[in-house]
Amino acid sequence: MSLLELKDVSMEYNGKVKALEHINLSVERGDWVAIMGPSGSGKTTLMNIIGCMDTATGGSVVLDGVDITNAGRPELMRIRRDKIGMVFQQFHLIPYLTAVENVMVAQYYHSMPDREEAIAALARVGVAERADHLPSQLSGGEQQRVCIARALINYPVLILADEPTGNLDEANQNLVMQIFRELHEEGHTILTVTHSPEVGAAAERCVVIEHGHMKAQ
Amino acid sequence: MFLTMVFYSMLRRKTRLFITLLAVAVGATIISGMVTVYREVPAQMSRAFRAYGANLLVLPSGERTEVSEERLKEIRASLADYEIVGIAPFLYDTLAVNKQPVIVGGTDFAELSRVSPYWQIDGAYPREGEKEVLLGSEFAQRLGAKKGSSVSISAGEGKAVQNYTVSGIVRTGGKEEQLAYVALPQLQRMTGRKGAVSLAQVSVVADGEQLEEVVSKVAAGTRDVTPQLVKQIAHSEGTVLGKLQALVLLVTLVVLVLTLICVTTTMMAVVTERRKEIGLKKALGAGNRDIVLEFLGNGCLLGAFGGIVGTGLGYIFAQSVSLNVFGRGIEFSPLIAVFSLVLSIIITGLASLIPVRIATGVDPAIVLRGE
Ligand SMILES: Nc1ncnc2c1ncn2[C@@H]1O[C@H](COP(=O)(O)OP(=O)(O)O)[C@@H](O)[C@H]1O
Ligand SMILES: [Mg+2]
Repeated sequence: MSLLELKDVSMEYNGKVKALEHINLSVERGDWVAIMGPSGSGKTTLMNIIGCMDTATGGSVVLDGVDITNAGRPELMRIRRDKIGMVFQQFHLIPYLTAVENVMVAQYYHSMPDREEAIAALARVGVAERADHLPSQLSGGEQQRVCIARALINYPVLILADEPTGNLDEANQNLVMQIFRELHEEGHTILTVTHSPEVGAAAERCVVIEHGHMKAQ
Repeated sequence: MFLTMVFYSMLRRKTRLFITLLAVAVGATIISGMVTVYREVPAQMSRAFRAYGANLLVLPSGERTEVSEERLKEIRASLADYEIVGIAPFLYDTLAVNKQPVIVGGTDFAELSRVSPYWQIDGAYPREGEKEVLLGSEFAQRLGAKKGSSVSISAGEGKAVQNYTVSGIVRTGGKEEQLAYVALPQLQRMTGRKGAVSLAQVSVVADGEQLEEVVSKVAAGTRDVTPQLVKQIAHSEGTVLGKLQALVLLVTLVVLVLTLICVTTTMMAVVTERRKEIGLKKALGAGNRDIVLEFLGNGCLLGAFGGIVGTGLGYIFAQSVSLNVFGRGIEFSPLIAVFSLVLSIIITGLASLIPVRIATGVDPAIVLRGE
């Protein structure tokens, strides 16, 4: 059984804006899929649905054997917490917490904060020596790596990354992509959203969306 | 982790923390100050009111015309629990001063000056042991006597005549201006009424209820005397106090509401400012419970800090009010301190409720949406 199975998914905002229509997508364990498409095509909307932040208005979504099509908010919250690791274009680190504390927040909401494990996660992405710095004291690349460490800390079955290199220069982009490559080799399942062909090409498989419709697999 | 978040969300954002803390502290200052003043004012005011004369008269009962000085001593002893400003005995009798018949009061001038500090004396009270007399201004005019004049006093036709020096002229705006006053023992000797007084004026620090207690205590002590409240003073004292306390209460209430509004708006600003952060925490798996606890934790911590600072300042505030207005300090009350601290925490907790509701409504999906 696939890790993620979307069948005929559609999404309408306020009953008018059709952000997604007839989306079919299946992702196997260990896959690395890139979702590409121009701005406003519905990529983030798709991410929100897969990441249990929102529910589709049509079709069905099954994640890791759980049908989340009609799940309520508290249930979505639990599934999101236990199965998903998210990386954002704007990093979204909590400004008043240090790098390691930012990782520990994810542990806190999931189970128990464990500083050593959090430091190990930072070491994994090469920013362990910045553990006690506030986000404002870190470069964009470092912040994004802290963000990846946070996404990994609770052993998610699926890593979602929405434009993970959108705010980074080329050197940092390569560094982050290298981390994703390693994660893929370790067997993590990854979904990246990007409009950069380079980043898209790094993935195993590319899905193109335009105006809410799937164009090519 | 919870505490780390609650602490650092404030400590690492100093300006916001400072402003909110200031709001809470000012609120707590005024509240603890006002409550202290509210509690202290009645006692202080009662004391201040004592400047307007006796609030209790001790009169002979029934057919009697005299009270013995012994009784007064007993009454004073029986009121040991109260703060007695003074008990001024008065013996009244008609004597001839410069051959003019006049009512002369014999009293204890030291007590009198405490009981009726409003008496305006041109000159001085008669000194103890000296043959000196205090004349009411109206009577002095009738005699044509001045401060320092010599007057003759006798108990009546054919009785011994003694010469007295006028130590001063008194103005009160009342019937006292038609009388003359000498030391009690002198009048008792001249009239042969040893150990007797006609009445006593008592000035005791007590509010309406306590005064009733004093009256019944005196009445129960002996059947020779009838205590009588000076209604006018006791009554107006009560009204003024009531109005003052109502005012203080009103101000306190307004300040409470203002603090509530101020903290609410600040917390709302904090929530708006931290929408992304709240969304992120939800995206990481935070439930509404976690968010509520964090913000309430924030609020209560602010309340506690602000409360401690404010309670301290409030005490200083009340102390200076008391010193400046009543010329008398007040004791630190741990009860009020705890009360205002708890109140600060409750107020900030309450003020956090609406912002917290907004916080729980934040959609986690906002973290993926670009600005
Ligand atoms: N919360 C929302 N309410 C209304 N319309 C939305 C909302 N989010 C996205 N949209 C609309 O849905 C479409 C797809 O948006 P989005 O998924 O963000 O695209 P992409 O991430 O590919 O740029 C756009 O037309 C956008 O305006
Ligand atoms: Mg997008």
